[in-house]
Amino acid sequence: MALPLFKPQLDPGPDFASLLATRGIQGISENAATMSPHGTTVLAIRYRDGVLMAGDRRATAGHAIEHRAMEKVFAADRYSAVAISGSAGMALEMVKLFQVQLEHYEKVEGVTLSLEGKANQLAQMVRTHLPMAMQGFIVVPLFCGFDLAKNTGRIFTYDPTGGHYEETDFQATGSGGRDARTTIKLGYRDNLDVDEAVELAVLALYEAADADSATGGPDMVRGIYPLVACVSNQGYQRIDDAEVARRFEEAIERRRELGGAAGGSLR
Amino acid sequence: MSMPYYVAPEQIMKDRAEYAQKGIARGRSLIAAIYNQGVVLVAENPSKTLHKISEIYDRIAFAGVGKFNEYDQLRVAGVRHADLKGFQFSRSDVDARSLANLYAQYLGNVFTHEMKPLEVEILVAELANEQRPTQLFHVAYEGTITDEGEWAVLGGEAETIRQNFAGRFDASWELDAAVKACVAALAGTERTLGPEDLEAAMLSEGNGRRTFERLDDATIATLLGAS
Repeated sequence: MALPLFKPQLDPGPDFASLLATRGIQGISENAATMSPHGTTVLAIRYRDGVLMAGDRRATAGHAIEHRAMEKVFAADRYSAVAISGSAGMALEMVKLFQVQLEHYEKVEGVTLSLEGKANQLAQMVRTHLPMAMQGFIVVPLFCGFDLAKNTGRIFTYDPTGGHYEETDFQATGSGGRDARTTIKLGYRDNLDVDEAVELAVLALYEAADADSATGGPDMVRGIYPLVACVSNQGYQRIDDAEVARRFEEAIERRRELGGAAGGSLR
Repeated sequence: MSMPYYVAPEQIMKDRAEYAQKGIARGRSLIAAIYNQGVVLVAENPSKTLHKISEIYDRIAFAGVGKFNEYDQLRVAGVRHADLKGFQFSRSDVDARSLANLYAQYLGNVFTHEMKPLEVEILVAELANEQRPTQLFHVAYEGTITDEGEWAVLGGEAETIRQNFAGRFDASWELDAAVKACVAALAGTERTLGPEDLEAAMLSEGNGRRTFERLDDATIATLLGAS
């Protein structure tokens, strides 16, 4: 590998994807089997100190379960997180490229991108992926982060054409997204604390798994639980698996007592 | 017909070396040294935005002295090289040795083939991992590369600072002792340097994946103040 030096007029700047293109590497791979694994339900909820993100762990190919322990929520950088649903291979590649892109910009320029800048970058990646989306390999990320300038958590959703929209309070995508969204809608209020937000995320994923066959619920036999993480002014922090497991066990115990019904108060 | 001047190759090289050394000597110096948690890099640099010390990758830092635009171009090329390599292969495949070699080849090439040599001296520092020990690669303006295990001095007054620093060095010292010794060696006997004259950063084991961390003025002041 030679030292990547460029003439000033050909310099790719801090954009890692253009830098890859100078090497003839396409950031997002173009080959995939027709029955590629799909990742399913991910969600984001804004709470008092920032924003929380959670995702189930199942990847499906058609009606079969491909992976039981796939992770779909990632730290994009210190103050933002990205979650993916859709064609798993390409979505993971997009996340990897996105993570490197943010770090690359930060190192080359010496400053971090604004949260909106990061959201725009991701939109451009989703748009570049559009030809593959037209062939059925749809990747729909969910992006959130803590905006240090505005001192608040923010959530951005995407459509397959790269359109991105800022959500005010919460959002969920993927095949179980609708059930998750409805659950959050019923339990959401302003200024949730982190415990309440985790609780709501756990219930939303429980409902999504309950109604959608492609969404994985808590796997108590293997000890695999959905991934929950929060982004606040302290940065990205993954909630401990044992804590998530405890929350699910409590929720399930309440359901058992009520014979499977949610019990009206969402608890 | 006029005859082209003949200049002996020895003379050309000597002139170029002198030119580069003069350029480097105009700038301020820098010290990198290991301490009990990693590597600390301290430079005399009154600017808070035009950095001499920067992050290249998870466990690799870059430092340059001499002409800013020249070493900054090398820094950006280094970040690009490292990110490309890490993306194509794996993050653990990115190592300082190969990067330092690329720098050495480039600097050597420019020195022999271009009109003007680069007026820079650079350092690529890597924090130890399971496969490699901590190493400091020092690359001079003409492409000479040396690897130092414990500490290195870059810049015009390197020789004096080296003598100043050699007696103070202790591989197992804490961060504050290391920073104090670096600053004392940079300042020499006739000056004192405060946080506003300094730039400092470290590659530290406690920082997670990205080990690089800049030390701000307040932190430097605390480190210098602690006895």
